[in-house]
Amino acid sequence: MSVTTGPTGQTNLNSLKIVGIALFLALCVAAAFWFSDYHLFQLTLVVVYAIAILGLSIVTGFNGQISLGHGAFYAIGAYTTAILMDRYEVPYWATLPASALVCAIFGFLIGLPALRLGGLYLALTTFALAVAVPQLLKHKLIEDYTGGVQGIVILKPDPPFGLKISPDQWIYLFTLGVACVLFLLAWNLVRGRIGRAMMAIRDQSLAAEAMGINIAMLKTRTFAVSAMYTGIAGSLGAIVVQFVAPDSFSLFVSVYFFVGLVVGGVASLPGAIFGAIFIEFVPNVADQLSKAAPGAVYGILLILMMFAAPGGVVGVIRLLWRRATGAKRAATTLTDGRVGSTPARVGAISADGDFAGATVGPKQKVAGPLH
Amino acid sequence: MDGFIHQILSGIATGGIYASVALALVMIYQATHHINFAQGEMATFSTYIALTLIQAGLSYWVAFVLTFIISFVLGVLVERIFMRPMARAPELSSVGVFVGLLLIFSSISGWIFGYTIKTFPTPFDTGKPMLGGFLSGHELGSTVVTLAVLLSVYMFFRFTRLGLAMRAAAYNPVSSRLVGVRVSWMLALGWGLAAGIGAIAGCMVAPIVFLDPNMMAGILLYAFAGALLGGITNPLGAVLGGFAVGVIENIGGAYIVGTELKLTMALVIIVAVLVIKPSGLLGRTVQSRV
Repeated sequence: MSVTTGPTGQTNLNSLKIVGIALFLALCVAAAFWFSDYHLFQLTLVVVYAIAILGLSIVTGFNGQISLGHGAFYAIGAYTTAILMDRYEVPYWATLPASALVCAIFGFLIGLPALRLGGLYLALTTFALAVAVPQLLKHKLIEDYTGGVQGIVILKPDPPFGLKISPDQWIYLFTLGVACVLFLLAWNLVRGRIGRAMMAIRDQSLAAEAMGINIAMLKTRTFAVSAMYTGIAGSLGAIVVQFVAPDSFSLFVSVYFFVGLVVGGVASLPGAIFGAIFIEFVPNVADQLSKAAPGAVYGILLILMMFAAPGGVVGVIRLLWRRATGAKRAATTLTDGRVGSTPARVGAISADGDFAGATVGPKQKVAGPLH
Repeated sequence: MDGFIHQILSGIATGGIYASVALALVMIYQATHHINFAQGEMATFSTYIALTLIQAGLSYWVAFVLTFIISFVLGVLVERIFMRPMARAPELSSVGVFVGLLLIFSSISGWIFGYTIKTFPTPFDTGKPMLGGFLSGHELGSTVVTLAVLLSVYMFFRFTRLGLAMRAAAYNPVSSRLVGVRVSWMLALGWGLAAGIGAIAGCMVAPIVFLDPNMMAGILLYAFAGALLGGITNPLGAVLGGFAVGVIENIGGAYIVGTELKLTMALVIIVAVLVIKPSGLLGRTVQSRV
């Protein structure tokens, strides 16, 4: 069960995790001053995709409702920002709340009919939305605003307050700051009452309904929040790339977000970061092989993940971590300083235990005669 | 008025193609409750195979039949290799596999056959308009072909032992297994048949929309709309829905919204069905016992 590997473990922060997160953040900030402008641009896109995938994770991972059309909200967010900046000269940072609102409303309206019903109706509707969006954006009624097939070019914002950094560094740090706030909010959302209700709907919708959760309404609201996240990512993406055009928002944007979600780990906040790294850098590597290679790599990996590691990268890391720490625990209880805790021995103990914690008991019995 | 009749007739012609794809979707949905999001890309791949065979010098109809057989085998293989292990997996896993298949088939098509848009031959006389000028030769021919396909699928399910066994396997797998139906092979055959029907739809639509790796994305969307409109639990409904969507699309495109919003119309139909009558026109309302 890929979805039920709930995030109960990650919702509690211990001091180790806090130190780890602080270190990671410090690294992220420091990266702004290490990398060349092009690599920084790529890194900024990773942050943008992480926000988009986080949005998808909220609805698909934590609420169990599959969306194949989050690229549509990414597009709507991007266009909202581009139009506001291009036509109304709104400062770039002020477009974010606007596109958050627009995408949340769109998400609510799309989600309402589909989420009333269970099953695959949301996947179907969002798939249709993702296919239809490029054509909609090209339509002549809104061409005055969207620039039609040509799209809109927007200007790179300058760093504020006379900071002595390049615009690329500034936009990276700005994106990173927004991402931190959004991740924090998401973390708060999923560990709280509403988050538990979301997961209850995912795991046992009947029981959740019996507990008094208004399933359709909560699912729709979750979808709206999720669309809002991906919309904000779209806004940031437009600012970073400085350009929006209908054909850059094909069905494949949605599909790639979905791939990133699965590869990172569906119901996991850090998973969004791994997924984003994956969808940003794998095409760069695979592109050298053939234009078709990224799609093939994504497809094959997606299927392999579904078979072998439905918990994604984060699931694998958690498993390894549990084995490592569990094995250490086993080793200390076993050896008592006498049997010698060589790495080989530790490996042997953890090798056949899926979850080392559960295997400590029997292993001790086996090892009994050694004492 | 002539224009109107023309729009309706050519709507029926494209509707036949949507109806075939909708039928393929519903066949798989009924048996496994999976929606094959890769149906379009699989059909596009089959159409490329047909084009390759024709370019290799085979006559159109030989290539057509060969393509159907190859696609059938491909469909069976996909079911055996990818979908069977997913039978008891959660919804997300099966959707993940479908999306993976979509990516793989789309990139294989692009990889082998290239991303340039290709023309696809039609076996029908395109020179003179048929039926008093209301339809092109290809439109008439493809309508005949899709109707023949739909009819033979109906006959197969209605009058053959194998068809009965396949229906039984989809309707009640446990009881079917008790009376000796090999349920899992029936599912594989269903997949093969769906892939074959998809291939025929691809060959029929390719002369109209031209062949490129994303050719079927829009067609699949109309098929979704058709299946939902007619009722995703009812094959006959899905077929009628497919025809209806073809007609609605043509008339809407000609008189109401213009051709640029045709895909959006499919989205509107989907949302409208979900709002007004989620079970579709002929589908049965699914009730769950609490």
